[in-house]
Amino acid sequence: MNLTLLVWRQETPTSEGSFKEYKVNDVSPDSSFLEMLDLLNEELEVKGEAPIAFEHDCREGICGSCSMVVNGKPHGPNKLATTCQLHMRSFKDGDTIVIEPWRAKAFPVIKDLVVDRSAFDKIIQAGGFISVNTGAAVDANSILIDKESADSAFDAATCIGCGACVAACPNGSAMLFTAAKVSHLGLLAQGQPERYSRVINMVKEMDAQMFGGCTNHGECQEACPKGISIKFISRLNRDYLKGRLLQIVQGSGMKAQ
Amino acid sequence: MELNSKVPDGPLDKKWTSHKGKIKLVNPANKRKYKVIVVGTGLAGASAAATLSELGYQVKAFCFQDSPRRAHSIAAQGGINAAKNYQNDGDSVYRLFYDTIKGGDFRAREANVHRLAEVSLNIIDQCVAQGVPFAREYGGTLSNRSFGGAQVSRTFYARGQTGQQLLLGAYAALEKEIARGGVKMYPFTEMLDVVLVDGRARGIVTRNLRTGKIESHVADAVLLCTGGYSTVFYLSTNAKGCNVTATWRAYKRGAGFANPCFTQIHPTCIPVTGEHQSKLTLMSESLRNDGRIWVPKNKGDKRSPSDIPEGERDYYLERKYPSFGNLSPRDIASRAAKEVCDEGRGVGSSGLGVYLDFSDAIKRLGRSAIEARYGNLFDIYKQITGENPYESPMRIFPAPHYTMGGLWVDYNLMTTIPGLYALGEANFSDHGANRLGASALMQGLADGYFVIPYTIGDFLADHKPDGISETHKSFLDTEREVKERLSKLVSLRGNRSIDSFHRELGRLMWDNCGMSRSKAGLTETINKIPELRERFYKEACVPGSGEDLNQTLERAGRVADFLEFAEVMCRDALDREESCGGHFRSEYQTEEGEAKRNDDDYCYASVWGKSEDGSPKLFKEKLNFENVKLQTRSYK
Ligand SMILES: Cc1cc2nc3c(=O)[nH]c(=O)nc-3n(C[C@H](O)[C@H](O)[C@H](O)COP(=O)(O)OP(=O)(O)OC[C@H]3O[C@@H](n4cnc5c(N)ncnc54)[C@H](O)[C@@H]3O)c2cc1C
Ligand code: FES
Repeated sequence: MNLTLLVWRQETPTSEGSFKEYKVNDVSPDSSFLEMLDLLNEELEVKGEAPIAFEHDCREGICGSCSMVVNGKPHGPNKLATTCQLHMRSFKDGDTIVIEPWRAKAFPVIKDLVVDRSAFDKIIQAGGFISVNTGAAVDANSILIDKESADSAFDAATCIGCGACVAACPNGSAMLFTAAKVSHLGLLAQGQPERYSRVINMVKEMDAQMFGGCTNHGECQEACPKGISIKFISRLNRDYLKGRLLQIVQGSGMKAQ
Repeated sequence: MELNSKVPDGPLDKKWTSHKGKIKLVNPANKRKYKVIVVGTGLAGASAAATLSELGYQVKAFCFQDSPRRAHSIAAQGGINAAKNYQNDGDSVYRLFYDTIKGGDFRAREANVHRLAEVSLNIIDQCVAQGVPFAREYGGTLSNRSFGGAQVSRTFYARGQTGQQLLLGAYAALEKEIARGGVKMYPFTEMLDVVLVDGRARGIVTRNLRTGKIESHVADAVLLCTGGYSTVFYLSTNAKGCNVTATWRAYKRGAGFANPCFTQIHPTCIPVTGEHQSKLTLMSESLRNDGRIWVPKNKGDKRSPSDIPEGERDYYLERKYPSFGNLSPRDIASRAAKEVCDEGRGVGSSGLGVYLDFSDAIKRLGRSAIEARYGNLFDIYKQITGENPYESPMRIFPAPHYTMGGLWVDYNLMTTIPGLYALGEANFSDHGANRLGASALMQGLADGYFVIPYTIGDFLADHKPDGISETHKSFLDTEREVKERLSKLVSLRGNRSIDSFHRELGRLMWDNCGMSRSKAGLTETINKIPELRERFYKEACVPGSGEDLNQTLERAGRVADFLEFAEVMCRDALDREESCGGHFRSEYQTEEGEAKRNDDDYCYASVWGKSEDGSPKLFKEKLNFENVKLQTRSYK
């Protein structure tokens, strides 16, 4: 296949970026989207030109590194797939493909298609964990968890932290990301003691990191390569309300239930 | 090089308990005076960093990805072993120990493996407490499944994403400690050298991958948790960033590198489709619980699989290894696949593939049961190949997957450099010549959560903080050397890409130091590698500078290290004139083509050290088997 690419090039976080046009020829339809970019990058490299910077690692849809908007869609046209899982057979010979970085206030561009997603780690630091030190655990089967809750917790926990939800949201909100973690832990018995303080602290950090508010567009769910449902956002909202009420009733010492 | 394994005295099952009771401790108030550097925040590193911080040490942790959550561990699919015996099927610590020793073809240290089996119990408890959503039964208890090389169900799993869930658990623990101030995290940072002061590891030199800044970090102990080196083959199931740099740099500073030739070729990966291929995708071993592996009985049979009647199919694993069948260990299953393909019975357009067929299981259990068990793996397969495995069998072929070799460590996980430790896939300790499925996650977490937190105290108690800083001459010298290496790389202006060299090396290694090795092939490769290295420094091209994000430069550094390391790997394979586990020397096989081990001459761990003149020199740690009898491994 022969293709034309329009790729966002930006040298530094502060420099002004722009689209640059490239032709790539003889692309195998069996190759992946990133392999197509590899091909172009190798050509650029041997010409002594700067290759296009993009993040990737696992190349199988689980590490969440790859992050590009392809033809206006985070991770490209296919549903439930990351950019690295996109294959060239999804395109036609002669196509023009537009490639951009995630665009969100909380994810500043570092270079070309690489953005700074450290704000996600900050949200986790605010409470996306269970406070149990190593060695303090009871036997794993001593607390039973019904299969439905365990499965539902897994559905939320499957988030790969790629940021497509933020990139897709007109407000640049991280609500789906945050809700997924809040729900994963909140659905399990082990997560109960910190359930309400967790949601309050994580939402607070989300705001502090310059993510926008959620106004129920639902674009995040559409873009999520792991199919994480926005029902978890409603769950977060319920827990958040309850947490706020508890805060008011009990002062700052928030307890579960 | 002195190789004192420091295995404690006493009966096997008491060694760890008595060792813990006897080793020195650092008292809680003093712990905060010690600095510990953890390089790598995959399962091994994240669990170690979090736990050491909980204990009170000041920890600095490093990874080259933008977040610790993206370490290669995230990609592990199938599961994690533990001798919980929740299924009441006869499992025990001893049985897990024995299976691991046997699976490793009797080339691992007994005491380490037994400890691993013991702490496996605590790992599952810890992970569940952190909220890892393992699969559960309707009654609310944890589910298990079987993996290769075992006759019990001891593998815990979270759909096909066990590594992800375990890593997110360890990552959450790490983030909790970062928030508390116990760990300072340096993402987007690559360690480029270890710094020794008076023969002891005192820190590292790093490059900030965003700004290019070279920095030194001082500490009282350094832990390398930097994963494996399967990407020496270029094509492997590992993440693209996996590399040997950290452990190779440690070797160059005097650490022994053990069993570099012990690499694992995984039997169930999606076959290569063409030149463009940048990595291979694993189809989890768990699929072998329900999938049956076969090829046509007749050579060159090009009919579609559904047109080949039962009688003309060869379920070769079931035929050759009836008691383990499709769940034979990886080395054996991989070699068997190679054998049938070499005979011309391979499937797919390249002839390098065998079928993994679910039609019987779908008939027996129904499509939805198979979907619940393996849905995401089937989806991955479909995405990559464009074929639907519910309707026609998967095509699979072996691919490089895991490296049992790594830095030599003693019972305390310390390398031959005092104060330098290696954890997880980066060390050589537990898997001998072949790793059983679902045991790498177990080992990484065992090392990080339950071993190093104890054993590090023994060393630190004798090495009080002494005020050495980053301005010490050794740091300045090492920084200078790192900068010189980088400027050499960044000035490469040839006309070949870095990846083209990586591919060339990978091809050479796959052909000669892969699934089957021979004296002739290895000798030739050992001669070719220096020549390839020379061409690399003449012909490779690295555009840009070292002063900002330069991914070509990062890859160039890693490939340069592989070009040195590969030679030692081949030397090791050449030295070992026997076949054992993943190491198959074509000269040493039985008449039926099974591996022929030689316990009289090769019952040792090979440890390569850098000699005075820079060439690799072989040292040996003799392996003593006091509790298990050395046997010919049979899965028949
Ligand atoms: C596809 C796949 C599936 C697998 N499935 C299973 C399974 O089901 N069960 C099982 O038990 N095992 C499985 N394994 C094996 C297992 O995943 C790995 O062996 C294990 O996760 C390795 O963990 P680790 O912590 O040692 O290293 P890694 O997770 O590889 O982490 C390495 C860390 O080191 C860092 N690093 C490396 N070099 C440097 C440097 N120079 N400077 C700074 N940082 C550096 C990286 O950033 C990273 O944080 C699988 C492996 C693969 C490839
Ligand atoms: S590279 Fe890991 S998700 Fe795409």
